Amino acid sequence: MGTLLWVGWTNLRRDRVAQMLTFLLPIVFFSIFATVFGGQGDASTARIRIAVVDEDRSEVSARLIDGLKNEKGLRAQTTADASGAGTPLDRTAAERLVRSGDVPVAVVIPLGLGEAFSQNGFAGGGPSIQLLSDVSDPIAPQMVLGLLQKVAMTAAPDLLMQGGMRQFEKYAGAMTPQQKTAVDAWLPRLKAQGGSGGNATGDASAGAMPIGVQVVDVMRTDNRRGSLVSFYAAGIGVMFLLFSSVAGAGGALLDEAEAGTLERLLSTNLGMTGVLMGKWILLALIGCLQLTVMFLWGRVAFGLPLFSHLPGFAVMTIITAAAAAGFGLVLATLARSRAQLSGFSTILILTMSALGGSMFPRFLMSETMQKFGLLTFNAWALDGYLKVFWRQAPIWQLWPQVLVLLILTAMFLSVARLLARRWEAA
Amino acid sequence: MNVLSIQNARKKFGQVVALDGATFDLRQGELLALLGPNGAGKTTLIRAIAGRVRLDGGEIRLFDRVLDGRLTPPELGIVPQEIALYPLLTARENLQAFGALHGLAAPQLSKNVDWVLERTGLADRADEPVKQFSGGMRRRLNIACGVLHQPRVVLLDEPTVGVDPQSRDRIYDMLAELAASGVSLLLTTHHLEEAEARCSRTVIIDHGRVIAAGTMSELVDQTIGRYRLVTLRLDSPLDTTAFLKATGTDNDADADPRIVKARMQDVAAELPPLLERIRTAGRAVDDVEVRGPSLQSVFIHLTGRELRE
Repeated sequence: MGTLLWVGWTNLRRDRVAQMLTFLLPIVFFSIFATVFGGQGDASTARIRIAVVDEDRSEVSARLIDGLKNEKGLRAQTTADASGAGTPLDRTAAERLVRSGDVPVAVVIPLGLGEAFSQNGFAGGGPSIQLLSDVSDPIAPQMVLGLLQKVAMTAAPDLLMQGGMRQFEKYAGAMTPQQKTAVDAWLPRLKAQGGSGGNATGDASAGAMPIGVQVVDVMRTDNRRGSLVSFYAAGIGVMFLLFSSVAGAGGALLDEAEAGTLERLLSTNLGMTGVLMGKWILLALIGCLQLTVMFLWGRVAFGLPLFSHLPGFAVMTIITAAAAAGFGLVLATLARSRAQLSGFSTILILTMSALGGSMFPRFLMSETMQKFGLLTFNAWALDGYLKVFWRQAPIWQLWPQVLVLLILTAMFLSVARLLARRWEAA
Repeated sequence: MNVLSIQNARKKFGQVVALDGATFDLRQGELLALLGPNGAGKTTLIRAIAGRVRLDGGEIRLFDRVLDGRLTPPELGIVPQEIALYPLLTARENLQAFGALHGLAAPQLSKNVDWVLERTGLADRADEPVKQFSGGMRRRLNIACGVLHQPRVVLLDEPTVGVDPQSRDRIYDMLAELAASGVSLLLTTHHLEEAEARCSRTVIIDHGRVIAAGTMSELVDQTIGRYRLVTLRLDSPLDTTAFLKATGTDNDADADPRIVKARMQDVAAELPPLLERIRTAGRAVDDVEVRGPSLQSVFIHLTGRELRE
């Protein structure tokens, strides 16, 4: 027994790869996931971007907008440019921002809200604030809804009180002059509180609803469940595409080198460039098939709206599979052995998938992590699929994703070609 | 006529000298064995001819054309030491794939596949996946893939390693047929007996240098000279030291004291007097063995060690 322990321990001590897999890998993954999903403990990075349209232009709407701007959980944009420049947003422009995915929610303060609010206070009855959103997003509209109620309660308490008093007088009879004096003396203090207390703690949405809010789905999709399924199909599909591309490329190059067939291939008319191109095309075709099977299954089992989005799906699938195949070849030409390839690719692919949104949607991550995620292959591929299935974007709007993936493909192939020189003449 | 000529080939990998001025020729239609202990530089030499290793110095000429060491010339067929086949494909599919990659087109490809299947004795198993083949069959198919495009020169790296004697014979029959048809073959091997029995000439390489080259008789003449080794086993031990001195015979220091060895240029003339002396000494001869010079003894003479060291 003691001898066995000694043999095992000595093997572990002398095997650097095993040590890394045993001790370092879990720490690396823990750190990555803690960073991605834990928002690094910095609440300011997890703000939801919203567009705000002021159709009312009243004191109430101005106070609400100020309140929304001061709200820590939100980053409100009222003009065409996110930095604050440009013309004030109108409903059409705000809807466009939601559809394009630039903001998850737009808040429209309709005409007449201010008047109804100051007249009726808690009793409501005026036009409703509209939240233009993609209701397939399970989190952002709900959070904005809650924060909006909180802002309404805290941003204009004096106006709310005035409305409340009017309602009180309407049903309970007029107040005495002393009562009126006391209320008038108190109202400025309330206003002051509202100005500074926009971030008062407490769950306003759980209390009374001073204003009506109507959530409007601006996405044209008639199958919300389907678009959510499409996100997961793309997310998981791309992650496994990377795994299978790396495995396929490893089989294509490392195994063939070991078996001697690579040597034999190199002695034919093909040459190394020919071998790599052949392997790349094969891997890309298999990748296309893999993603197609995944989406077809999504269509059959979960009602994913594949057939209504075929052109966009085809573009994204071909370009994604081509880039993933190139990525696989880079890793396979870089690795010296199958074991090295397997360990290294697992770390890299899971990291890229976590950062790039394959496991958790990027639009729900903090802004820093969203930007960081753009360094990964997955983020660009998934953004493309989201545009097609979720945002219903026309095919030409895929150009940034297609361009980046094309550049990545060219880079991957060039690097793989350079690295593959080690199999050529020594 | 020389089809392949290696002149002063030099190659270093880091500090390790793999080739140190190796020089030899391959003639048309011959089966040339490249012999040497492990690490002698055989595989490096084969890889250099195949365009897989760039020489630091010297040159390789194929049909009087200097090779640049980058690409495999089309006249060459390569048979690697590994079984370089796709195990899930059938024998025919493997041949079709490698034939097509060598630039063979439809009617010729099919004709050549049938020809090589017939020649390797694999025609009746042509449509079975290679993974079901025995070691010997795989070896034969491995060779078939290298000669399918009918190259004029074939390089074979240990083509018979790990196969049974029957398969080995079959492989050499196949190589002999190719040589008879004018193809020149250069093979590396560890099997001295094979090189001796089946190859027309032998090149012995050690430490990256060619230390001897020629036919078996040429090698013997160049090295140990022509003699027969006669080994006698007596019925009882003899005072060997005195006897050996008197008769000019030989024995290993730690060998059986009943054994007596003698080198004889003319066995018929020299053996009877020795037998007479043994009888005079009061001993009887249990056994006599007469052996001609072997490649093994040439090899040991040249390198000072057994081939498998």
